[in-house]
Amino acid sequence: MKLEANNINFYYGDFQALKNINMTIEQNTVTAFIGPSGCGKSTFLRLFNRMNDLIPDTHLTGECLIGGQNIYDKNITVDELRKKVGMVFQKPNPFPKSIFENVAYGLRVNGVRDKKEIADTVEKSLRQAALWEEVKDKLKKSAYELSGGQQQRLCIARALAISPSVILMDEPASALDPISTSKIEELIFELKNSYTVVIVTHNMQQAARVSDKTGFFMLGELIEFDDTKKIFLNPQKEQTQNYITGRFG
Amino acid sequence: MNKNFNGKRASQSVMFFLFRLMSYMVVGILFCIIGFIVIRGLGVINWEFLTTAPEDGMTKGGIFPAIVGTFYLVVGSMLVAFPIGVMSGIYMSEYASNKHIKRVIRVMTNNLGGIPSIVFGLFGMALFVNKLKFGDSIIAGSFTLGLLALPLIIRVTEEALQAIPDSFRQGSLALGATKLQTIRKVVLPAAFPNIMTGLILSIGRVSGETAPILFTAAAYFLPNLPNSVFNQVMALPYHLYVIATSGTDLEATRPMAFGTALVLIIIVLLMNLIANFIRRKYSK
Repeated sequence: MKLEANNINFYYGDFQALKNINMTIEQNTVTAFIGPSGCGKSTFLRLFNRMNDLIPDTHLTGECLIGGQNIYDKNITVDELRKKVGMVFQKPNPFPKSIFENVAYGLRVNGVRDKKEIADTVEKSLRQAALWEEVKDKLKKSAYELSGGQQQRLCIARALAISPSVILMDEPASALDPISTSKIEELIFELKNSYTVVIVTHNMQQAARVSDKTGFFMLGELIEFDDTKKIFLNPQKEQTQNYITGRFG
Repeated sequence: MNKNFNGKRASQSVMFFLFRLMSYMVVGILFCIIGFIVIRGLGVINWEFLTTAPEDGMTKGGIFPAIVGTFYLVVGSMLVAFPIGVMSGIYMSEYASNKHIKRVIRVMTNNLGGIPSIVFGLFGMALFVNKLKFGDSIIAGSFTLGLLALPLIIRVTEEALQAIPDSFRQGSLALGATKLQTIRKVVLPAAFPNIMTGLILSIGRVSGETAPILFTAAAYFLPNLPNSVFNQVMALPYHLYVIATSGTDLEATRPMAFGTALVLIIIVLLMNLIANFIRRKYSK
């Protein structure tokens, strides 16, 4: 599904974290958000599954559309929205449950009772997250017996299990070693075929490797948003140029 | 320089020795108390002591009705306090967002915990025994003991829930779970072992309390077991008080008193063990 942000302003109390942002993200693409810490890229990402609702004393102006529907509309229920817009967090956060139950969780809370359907979906999701071969013999074991990289792929499988249309990733590989990181990156590349993926990253090579489009944020503003190639090879703005060449940030 | 250094080292060693001594002393005191009770009480404990009612002005026979009574009171008070306490704790940790309301509730809860237990007894008598006409009974005693245990259970529940990282809640909400589902399926199960600890602590507290049941539930002497929650019961701590202070022949009942104390301690330890076992099983 297509994501659109129109004239987004977002405030934490009196502090304006996002300033008049406009962006359109096309279906089945990978979009990366880059920028220095505190630039608002994660805040912007979390607007799309309304995770910012959990933070007290915030407010938003502007429109945030997914598939043409304003997700901040009164008749939108947040849990229905989050079924369609999955999220993977910075630190792997599996539940203190078995590997199987972690992936089955989203199905169960969304009312799926059929045992075979659950088992099939769990397997399918773990395969999609390239984890099945590593865990198929220990599905009943605690998720904490997995390595950090495996845990993060488990969290991706967990998000995939409820078949969202959009997947938001908030620095999904920043807590992982290089091998796990490259596995996650391959995965992101695969996911593009069936999902719209948005990823926040501090790692510019990563953005360059996995994304089709890149948005550069600074101090709450979207400085530049274009094809990833163009951003990295021929940026139009000086700030972008400075950032990607490592002159600050 | 070197001298100074040695002086520092020496004062360190002295202090460490002192700290260690104090902590060992605490353990020592505990062993003294338990040892004293065991030595004096073990002699009277036998099958008859545990399974029969007192006889001959409590100089003979056993304490079976008091064991049963204490068991009923503990179970009853937990049935009262556990649901109320856990639900309040959930509200405080997960729902209450208004800082002022939270503070008022917390201050009130802490004050409730600071009220002397004899005052609970008096209140229980006025409300449950007289006003609600429960009479001196298991149910009146359970409610009174339940009130006493409430602050502890609320606080432990709240702390147990607060200790659960927010990343679990976010992970669950991000999968389209509602807040209630998140609490029920992720937060509560993860906090369960620690909430059990609160239950253990309050069981220990409740089973040893005398004052709250003095006017609400405890009987001086009842040879028969209760057959309804509206009956009076004997209870171990009160029975201990009675045979230690107001028996017909205090010298003759003294061994019975130590026997009773030993049984009370064993019951508390046993409950701790059982609860610990449950806790371990769930925390896997």
